[in-house]
Amino acid sequence: MSAHEIEIILSRQLADCLSVPVFIVDPDGTLIFYNEPAEKILGQRFEDTGEMKVGDWGNDFHPHDKNGDPIPAEELPLVQTIYSHRPAHKTFWIKNFEGKAFEISVTSIPIVGRSKQFSGALAIFWDNNLKI
Amino acid sequence: MRIKLHGTRGAYPTSSKETRKLGGNTSCIEIIENNERLILDAGTGILEIDFDSYSTADRIDILLTHLHMDHIQGLGFFKPIFDPSKEIHIWGPGGSSYPLKDRLNKFLSPPLFPVMLRDIPSKLVIHELPNKPFQIGCYTITSKFICHPGPTVGFRIEVASKAVAYIPDHEPMLSRPHLFKEDNWISGFDLCANADLLIHDSQYSKEEYKHKVGWGHCTMKIAADLSKRAKAKRLVMFHHDPAQKDADRVKLFKEFKNTNSYDFPIELAVQGHKIKI
Ligand SMILES: [Zn+2]
Ligand SMILES: [Zn+2]
Repeated sequence: MSAHEIEIILSRQLADCLSVPVFIVDPDGTLIFYNEPAEKILGQRFEDTGEMKVGDWGNDFHPHDKNGDPIPAEELPLVQTIYSHRPAHKTFWIKNFEGKAFEISVTSIPIVGRSKQFSGALAIFWDNNLKI
Repeated sequence: MRIKLHGTRGAYPTSSKETRKLGGNTSCIEIIENNERLILDAGTGILEIDFDSYSTADRIDILLTHLHMDHIQGLGFFKPIFDPSKEIHIWGPGGSSYPLKDRLNKFLSPPLFPVMLRDIPSKLVIHELPNKPFQIGCYTITSKFICHPGPTVGFRIEVASKAVAYIPDHEPMLSRPHLFKEDNWISGFDLCANADLLIHDSQYSKEEYKHKVGWGHCTMKIAADLSKRAKAKRLVMFHHDPAQKDADRVKLFKEFKNTNSYDFPIELAVQGHKIKI
């Protein structure tokens, strides 16, 4: 397996330093890294799972709207960014692995390095009840 | 492949007698295979190259890792650049917004340099490095962006089943004291993998590095750990701090060797040394 592009490696280093959940995916949607705060949402540790194919992680946090209706994967910001190579944003509800529901705002951005190629995307999950 | 270290110093050249052992010239190495020459970086070390030996070809290829001054400051002063019969190909990393030519022009034009880039007598050809391996004569060259401020690459040069990796300015990890445990998350890993020789940044001591995270350089330990992980067969520690006396650098290196064990040879880069692989 060849090494990730430097902009992806640096994204992980940034994610590693942040206290908000960050997910990083490759151009195919494979989850290639999630940081410790994101582990609390997935209920799994990156150390244990390593990379995860999109089908293996996309529904783990049960995205739903305020009426409790599930949100299809293609409407999630990170999935939209993978297809469009554009930033995306959405506010919705998720359940963490303990079953607790909370409202979050997700912002995802495409990662395009100096080679000008799309090397993946990064999303932050912002808990709207969080007070900093 | 023969590799000659013409400049091993980082940051700025020094002529003090305390830095003569490892050499005062800034980054430049010369690679020779048969009669074909490749020059990596154009610090003041480039002024030591004997262009009348090994290869007298009219075409000269210079690969720049990045445009920090210590890697280009010899460019405007080496003899062939003023020779109209020479064709000089300069290869360097593209930037996010400004082309390599514009960025080089900032240095090779007044007031920093008396001559405009367009008025240089030799024929200058400037190439942005492609995102895939390419060929210059007998050499197969791979460049990859690595972790260092500004657009910066490392090189892997291959010829006749031998490989040398050259990563003179590199901070493989920014947020942690150790390399990530997965190889594919290590900056520069592919360049070093199974290389016969790795020439790598190792500017700081562990103590110094604590105060210089993010400056783009690393410690002897990180350089050696990267070399070990990538299974490079020999490591040359490069980019010596000009503010450090050679005696102190050698002492630091001895302490490092006494407290760490690696199963491949490690040495400090010495200006003028020739290495055959
Ligand atoms: Zn340097
Ligand atoms: Zn530099």
